[in-house]
Amino acid sequence: MSHEAAAGEATSPGRNFARLLQSPLTLPLVGLIVVSVLMALASPNFFSLDNLLNVLRQVSIVGILAVGMTFVILTGGIDLSVGAVMALVGTITAGLMVNSGLPGEAAMAVGLLLGLAIGLFNGALVAWGKMPSIIVTLATMGMARGIALIYSGGYPISGLPSWISWFGVGRIGVVPVPVIIMVVIYAIAWVLLERTAFGRHVYALGGNETAARLSGVKTHRVKLIVFGISGLTSALASVILTGRLMSGQPNAGVGFELDAIAAVVLGGTAIAGGRGLILGTLIGAVLLGILNNGLNLMGINPYLQDVIKGAIILLAIYIGRDWR
Amino acid sequence: MLELQGIRKSFGKIEVLHGVDLEVRSGEVHALLGENGAGKSTLMKILCGIIPPSAGTIRIQGTEHHFANYDAAIAAGIGIVFQEFSLIPYLNAAENMFLARELRNRLGLLDRRAMRKRAGEIMQRLGVNVPLDVPVQRLSIAEQQFVEIAKALSLDARILVLDEPTATLTPTEVEHLFKVMRELRRQGVAIIFISHHLEEIFQICDRITVLRDGEFVGSCAVSEVDNDRLVEMMVGRRIESSFPPKPVFEASAPVVLEVDNLRIKKNGPVSRFTLRKGEILGFAGLVGSGRTETVLAMLSAGPVASCTLKIDGVEKRLSGPDEALYHGIGLLPESRKEQGLITSFSILQNISLNNYGKYRKGHWFLDLKKERKATQTAMDQVRVKAQGPNARVDTLSGGNQQKVVIARWLNHQMKVLIFDEPTRGIDVGAKAEIYALMREFTAQGNAIIMISSELPEVIGMSDRVCVFRQGGIVATVEGEAISSEQIMTHATTGSIEHVA
Ligand SMILES: Nc1ncnc2c1ncn2[C@@H]1O[C@H](COP(=O)(O)OP(=O)(O)OP(=O)(O)O)[C@@H](O)[C@H]1O
Ligand SMILES: [Mg+2]
Repeated sequence: MSHEAAAGEATSPGRNFARLLQSPLTLPLVGLIVVSVLMALASPNFFSLDNLLNVLRQVSIVGILAVGMTFVILTGGIDLSVGAVMALVGTITAGLMVNSGLPGEAAMAVGLLLGLAIGLFNGALVAWGKMPSIIVTLATMGMARGIALIYSGGYPISGLPSWISWFGVGRIGVVPVPVIIMVVIYAIAWVLLERTAFGRHVYALGGNETAARLSGVKTHRVKLIVFGISGLTSALASVILTGRLMSGQPNAGVGFELDAIAAVVLGGTAIAGGRGLILGTLIGAVLLGILNNGLNLMGINPYLQDVIKGAIILLAIYIGRDWR
Repeated sequence: MLELQGIRKSFGKIEVLHGVDLEVRSGEVHALLGENGAGKSTLMKILCGIIPPSAGTIRIQGTEHHFANYDAAIAAGIGIVFQEFSLIPYLNAAENMFLARELRNRLGLLDRRAMRKRAGEIMQRLGVNVPLDVPVQRLSIAEQQFVEIAKALSLDARILVLDEPTATLTPTEVEHLFKVMRELRRQGVAIIFISHHLEEIFQICDRITVLRDGEFVGSCAVSEVDNDRLVEMMVGRRIESSFPPKPVFEASAPVVLEVDNLRIKKNGPVSRFTLRKGEILGFAGLVGSGRTETVLAMLSAGPVASCTLKIDGVEKRLSGPDEALYHGIGLLPESRKEQGLITSFSILQNISLNNYGKYRKGHWFLDLKKERKATQTAMDQVRVKAQGPNARVDTLSGGNQQKVVIARWLNHQMKVLIFDEPTRGIDVGAKAEIYALMREFTAQGNAIIMISSELPEVIGMSDRVCVFRQGGIVATVEGEAISSEQIMTHATTGSIEHVA
């Protein structure tokens, strides 16, 4: 929405081009194209439908985490707990199925509610507790990981009913189920941000919290909800993860919060909040995924991969610095 | 001394300055006048190298300059105090003055003593006494302004630009500022002074230059014009008396808002007041007398120790501005940039920020078309000058930004509006329009609380006036008693009530 705002009225071709240049999506898109072309040159396999769908499947978990992260960052906050919450939800869900004999559907529902609850807890502390989100979620990140390890004794919980794997590796037609889940979540997020009052309030909060509050926006409630959304998307990501690993792994998702943040920032969202687009995040997540995939296909040492990825993120943000 | 010739400036395809000339002599105070959005601030930013001109020349004492940036302009002897301040709130005055040019001792460490001494000398040159050791956020607005001026002078400015310095000052502070300006003029500094208060022009300025819609209208000595002629040059037409007539009140007019036992701090002074249907209630007092704090306390938007509030006779406790909005009470805060606008938003998004109840499709979704239409109406109502509803508010001139905040509230079905300094930075023509809008609003059976530091405005607009002093209301005057003598007497010597 903010790019439409920047562009004014006229519709001549020149104006349209200027408008395109001004769109915050342009830079991430260019990055995506450049990286794709480079990868295709390096490994001819890259542009095969199989590989592309595979990339999207690999992207889905971080991609979904990044949706909640986008909401939080747009309000000017940050959520470090997403990876740990995903692990905790996965572990508890698996435990409820395997150890407590709960039906799979019920266990998954409990898991989703748990994710939502942790998110709301974060949000309540940030809103009413008036604590900085980076500290609050750093603490809940540690707590969630700790509880997951205690609950599982540190070992993966396996022996899940086989249908669970559908969420991780199933397909509808040729399209992997995780990709479909991800796309649906992005669509919902887009509607929330672009077509509801709540979405405008999310941007307003990141733009100027005082002004939003004084004009009557329920700022506390908006904060509560964005963290709730982030908790919920963490839990949704855990469903895919559990399906893929066919177990609840207390050690899963370490460092995923950083990937999610990277996806958001690569997608052009301002880290200070107020500006950004959910579609940008999707592009950012895919960009990261392609990097991972391509570097793997090229057989590059995993440690070196981290260095390259870091350098590319820095470069991207440096170029995008003065974009608007 | 300073000569600008044929300055043009375009933002994108839109030209906002169409060849403007400005000539300023040393040792004179030169007024730059024009309506909101006429291009005054833009011209000054060009003079200071902050934005480049599209065409035109800048000459200082005959030499042509092309400033690449602000620093280059400073080096050429130009200093500016911006419409919006640029001090670091946590640093003290001396630290702010020497920011990024800190004096160092032989060890390369900060030489605090030398900086303090220099700062003290400059303050003395200005003839003001500003505490140098406290964070500037604890200083009054006037004092902060002196720090800004001192900062410019510490850079040896011989041309000083003051962009609407008096908009946020009280009359006494304005007097003080003028004293400082006269002193600088005596020392040969050329001062460019921007203000929407025309009486100030006659008090302090020697010559004027008028802009209208980015066009150069004319330049002359102040003695050659009178108030009406000035307005005509600025607006292009004559403006009748700016205050609309006051309505007649019956003693039985219903009370919409009753506030009792309001304390900002425990053991602080107690305030009580009532607001009647159709009324404009003025809140007068010196800056810092607790007017803003009182309305914030009433809405639970700021610190409050106690408050009994009745809306239409029913006791209510508001938990914050959101609940106030629900009860039909809206606040237009005093600082548009910090408290009023979402600067990254468009005009449209700013106006509809708290208005979404009206633009729904189904229960959940925004009706973008309806939003656009209603916003356009609101914009036209207050005459926001902009490229369109999608322009970002941070590209608007100061006065037009203020109009956007006003439009946000007029767009609502509110019963009570609290206007905190509603016409700050607004030009003469627009002021009259806003006064008319306020009266129109109250004529529909609504009510307004108007906080204002401009006495003529308080006197011309208010049906009753509550006078504040040291955190509480010391007197309420009405009818004939609304005069500057009465108000100033209460504001400076009224006795404060401490019992509930
Ligand atoms: N960055 C920008 N992009 C586009 N338009 C701009 C930008 N900055 C200023 N303008 C436009 O230039 C015009 C002149 O603005 P300017 O701020 O100079 O007015 P002003 O005379 O200082 O008004 P005021 O009295 O309200 O402060 C306005 O129409 C404004 O919208
Ligand atoms: Mg201006």
